[in-house]
Amino acid sequence: MTRLFAWGALLTGIVFFLLPLYGMTEFSLRMRRGVYSLDAYRAVLVDPQFQATFGYSVVMALFTIAFGILLVVPTAYWVRLKMPELRPVVEFITLLPLVIPAIVIVFGYIRLYNTSSWLPLTGSAMGTNILLMFGYATLALPYMYRAVDTGLRTIDVGTLTEAAQSLGAGWGTILSRIILPNVLGAVLSGAFLTFAIVIGEFTMAALLNRPAFGPYMQILGANRAYEPSALAVIAFAITWACMGLIQLVTRFSKHERAKA
Amino acid sequence: MSFLTLTHLEKTFGQNRVVKDFTLDIEKGEFISLLGPSGCGKTTVLRMVAGFEQPTAGDITIDGKDVTGLAANSRNIGMMFQAYALFPNMTVADNVAFGLKVKGAPRAEREARVAEMLALIGLSDLGGRYPFQLSGGQQQRVALARALAPRPSVLLLDEPLSALDAKVRVSLRNQIRQIQQDLGITTIFVTHDQEEAMSISDRIVVMNGGVAEQVGAPFEIYNRPRTKFVANFVGTLNTFEVEVADPASGRVTLAGQSLTLPDAPLAARAGETLSVALRPEALRLGRQPDAESLLTAQVTDVHFMGSVIRLKADLAGAAVSLDTFNRPDTPPPVVGSAVEVSLSGRDFILLKA
Repeated sequence: MTRLFAWGALLTGIVFFLLPLYGMTEFSLRMRRGVYSLDAYRAVLVDPQFQATFGYSVVMALFTIAFGILLVVPTAYWVRLKMPELRPVVEFITLLPLVIPAIVIVFGYIRLYNTSSWLPLTGSAMGTNILLMFGYATLALPYMYRAVDTGLRTIDVGTLTEAAQSLGAGWGTILSRIILPNVLGAVLSGAFLTFAIVIGEFTMAALLNRPAFGPYMQILGANRAYEPSALAVIAFAITWACMGLIQLVTRFSKHERAKA
Repeated sequence: MSFLTLTHLEKTFGQNRVVKDFTLDIEKGEFISLLGPSGCGKTTVLRMVAGFEQPTAGDITIDGKDVTGLAANSRNIGMMFQAYALFPNMTVADNVAFGLKVKGAPRAEREARVAEMLALIGLSDLGGRYPFQLSGGQQQRVALARALAPRPSVLLLDEPLSALDAKVRVSLRNQIRQIQQDLGITTIFVTHDQEEAMSISDRIVVMNGGVAEQVGAPFEIYNRPRTKFVANFVGTLNTFEVEVADPASGRVTLAGQSLTLPDAPLAARAGETLSVALRPEALRLGRQPDAESLLTAQVTDVHFMGSVIRLKADLAGAAVSLDTFNRPDTPPPVVGSAVEVSLSGRDFILLKA
């Protein structure tokens, strides 16, 4: 009976998740009347708007990842090493983006950094890009922090730091040559999650009026029939590729295997 | 002047005074062990020498230079940790080369030194392996090579053998001592294992409650402990109450037998009782011609430990342990039997609180 229930639950889950995906993929292949074709995908991929917005979002994702690593790795390391009593506070702060909607954050940014403020970031395209990157980093913070913190938990941060210090290493060397390489798998997990978030993000990019992939998907969805489905499949594939890469990185990292 | 001096070191964590007025002079090339139970402050002293803890008061000098306020990475010390602390992302060779790389040594010099160090620890063919591919003993030997590679002025060993199994522990401690003597490097070794400390140290510092209770050579610490704590912590001890007969000559009586203590004149009056102690090996089974006294004891337990047999017995109203060597042609006494035990007053240790 229990076994039957388990199979039933599994089947319901598969139907719930896979059926819409199948329906969407099947629809995206029906652009040419009567036969299956990749016309919708071709139309999306050759669209200069797609290339421009996707390229923009990829660059933004890379900057967001770099900023996230620079912010989160030293912070999580320092909290673990010197201020373990502050861990719950820092964890709470990093969780805030999950409970504060992106629209609230972006309106806060616009109010604080508008052209009449002391730091008028929205006054230029570059300034707005920087603001958007900070916004993306905020949205990805819960995932990045948790991934890095989990990575740090698998190594003896205190002893490794002291061992490196006794060999003459300063903080920069310790972070770049000892800590970061040992949590690289965790950092890359956070990086891929950040990448997936940035590629699909709509609210911040739309409200800051930047040519990102999220608003492009929305515009396409409002005006075309088959292309939005093709685009959704592409976005879905990118997200799953990121998840696959997380698995690969963890599996093929020699010293990560040793810690497992 | 001593090579490494610790002068009136104090360390306080909140309200807790962990190290109290700790002073120690260590000569160049000396192997010193800090021995004591958990929480006695031995690791804190080591960490202050390493620069990981800042002393609340006191000074540390290495080779005449005051290093008290110096950061850990500027002290030129080498350290081995209980948990090995090899960098998991680096190969054995990279681990050993790390300190030299940080110092900016040229590649050729680094490679030569790594080869020299790996040869020293007998792991020349394992340079390309990662730490997880090594056994615990091998990892700790790599940690030793890594600590020695940048030619530190002082080597600090923070219970480096505790995580290893008994056989590896003995072989590695002998190897550490051999290498230390070959290189002539000043070494401080922290341990709670008295056998370990006694087997490889030039001098032992027995610590208790943040204070150095006694500093001395292993022979001196074991045979002439100055306090009750040292006597109890180092080795096994049998304690007796004896009655003073003649304080000037050191004569006392135990179970009606007259014995002469070594520390005459005694700081007690005739008729007073004194606490004295004997090591298990100072109680000898059977009638011994050179012994001062012969008593009868009741055997309560027998522990066969291979080359040595440890007996528990009731002797002169005290529960005692006594050791005798195993002889294949003589079976050990049985529990409940009466045995003759020889002892001499010269072997007694007079205990101070």
